[in-house]
Amino acid sequence: MTDPLLQIRDLHVGYGGIRAVKGIHLDIAPGELVALIGNNGAGKTTTLKTLAGLLKPNSGEIRYDGNSLNGVAAHQRVSMGLALVPEGRGIFAHLSVSENLLMGAYSRGNSDEIAADLTRMYALFPRLHERKQQLAGTLSGGEQQMVAMARALMSRPRLLMLDEPSMGLAPLMVKNIFQTVRDISAQGMSILLVEQNAKLALQVASRGYVMESGAIALSGTSKELLESATVQRAYLGD
Amino acid sequence: MNIFLQQIVNGLVQGSVYALVALGYTMVYGILGLINFAHGEVVMVGAMLSLSALGVLLGWDISPLMALPISITIAMAGCMALGYGIERVAYRPLRHAPRLAPLITAIGISILLQNLAMMIWGRGYHPFPVLFPNTTHTFGGAIISDVQIAIVVLALLIMAGLMTVVHHTRLGRSMRAVAENQHTAQLMGVDINRVISITFMLGSALAAIAGLMVSANYGLAHYYMGFMLGLKAFTAAVLGGIGNLRGAMLGGLLLGLIESLGAGYIGGLTGGFLSSNYQDVFAFFVLIAVLVFRPSGLLGERLAERA
Repeated sequence: MTDPLLQIRDLHVGYGGIRAVKGIHLDIAPGELVALIGNNGAGKTTTLKTLAGLLKPNSGEIRYDGNSLNGVAAHQRVSMGLALVPEGRGIFAHLSVSENLLMGAYSRGNSDEIAADLTRMYALFPRLHERKQQLAGTLSGGEQQMVAMARALMSRPRLLMLDEPSMGLAPLMVKNIFQTVRDISAQGMSILLVEQNAKLALQVASRGYVMESGAIALSGTSKELLESATVQRAYLGD
Repeated sequence: MNIFLQQIVNGLVQGSVYALVALGYTMVYGILGLINFAHGEVVMVGAMLSLSALGVLLGWDISPLMALPISITIAMAGCMALGYGIERVAYRPLRHAPRLAPLITAIGISILLQNLAMMIWGRGYHPFPVLFPNTTHTFGGAIISDVQIAIVVLALLIMAGLMTVVHHTRLGRSMRAVAENQHTAQLMGVDINRVISITFMLGSALAAIAGLMVSANYGLAHYYMGFMLGLKAFTAAVLGGIGNLRGAMLGGLLLGLIESLGAGYIGGLTGGFLSSNYQDVFAFFVLIAVLVFRPSGLLGERLAERA
């Protein structure tokens, strides 16, 4: 087996007196699409924010590409290849669509490559091309999710982290977004997908982790998890 | 002499200066949600530095044509360093403190700078040297001097330049992104501390130029000059909608015009009971009226969600 791109070892994170993540272990191999599922408040978003550098761990270690991320500032992690599409999308409402995408390429130097990537993003999301001059705040929720994803891709990440991409979207748009996730994954990008919609997430992921009150309760291949009685009872609503 | 036109001219000149200073308030507010009440003192330091530099350079028999740009550069560099330092010392350690805390340090820095300036430059008025023959022009019954024309033209050029930077460069884009959402900006790879420092330095550079303009226009500078000017420019920023760059420019020009027209006509309107000494009243009347009737300012957005 190849060395994992991301290794989380005994990670503890707390903020404001709450211990949100209590000693989790998690691995992602290069090119893998891994789902992290669980209920609201299980610690999924906290885990992602810690990976992105927005929260500091109390203890434990995150290793990325063989190096420890402890003490690496959030803005430095972007040029290392980590990109987070935050919960609620976090688009810049007062910036145009194209400006949002250019913000994604902020840490990259070469403007020719950035221009080429911008064209690729518009090919991937034709809807954004139609609306590139529009202020991003005027877009629909689904279109904003596209902006958030395209913006993250503009940093040329090696590990893309998605926090609840289906949240608040119409079913057709959810299908659309997940098809894009599948496509990006097929091109070889490593993805960590956080979702409350467990079924959907496990259908696209190859492996998954189930998080409960700050700890990993269960892990395995997507097939195993989909067939597990616990998962079916707690998350698939059967 | 046409009083109306003359007051319009005076108002535009004064308003251009207000606009430059108001931009400094509004840029910082846009990014940090904080009123940098020490900004007026930066204007004063800019005026004092440029006057001192001019004095030294002219003493060395350097031609005014050379001495002026060198002095402006020195004043801008000094004020940028000062603005950077103010943010580092007074605001950054309080980034996550309750809003009242940085307001108090701002006032503290303001008093500190005033007293330092008094110690360095003394309590007296410093005359602005005559660099060029200041020709005046008459049109339609109003008089405008070369200095005044230079102030308005330079202010407009600087404002156009700032708008270009903010709306059409990578730096400007990152400033707007940080203003909107610091967390997400970090996720894009933006070092927000760097952007905040640059914002303070840009605002301070504008303040330095404004300081030079004021002292050139009135022919003098004084350690206390930043206080009232700062309050007026803050009023202008609120009038236009604090946090909004176009608002700061519009508010500055409008406030200059309101003050100037008010001062020109208050004597006649009150039968000589109030004189033009009451000019300052108009600015603060405007501030109160805006806060009561349109707290978001002329071009500002509703701020409720940000509070």
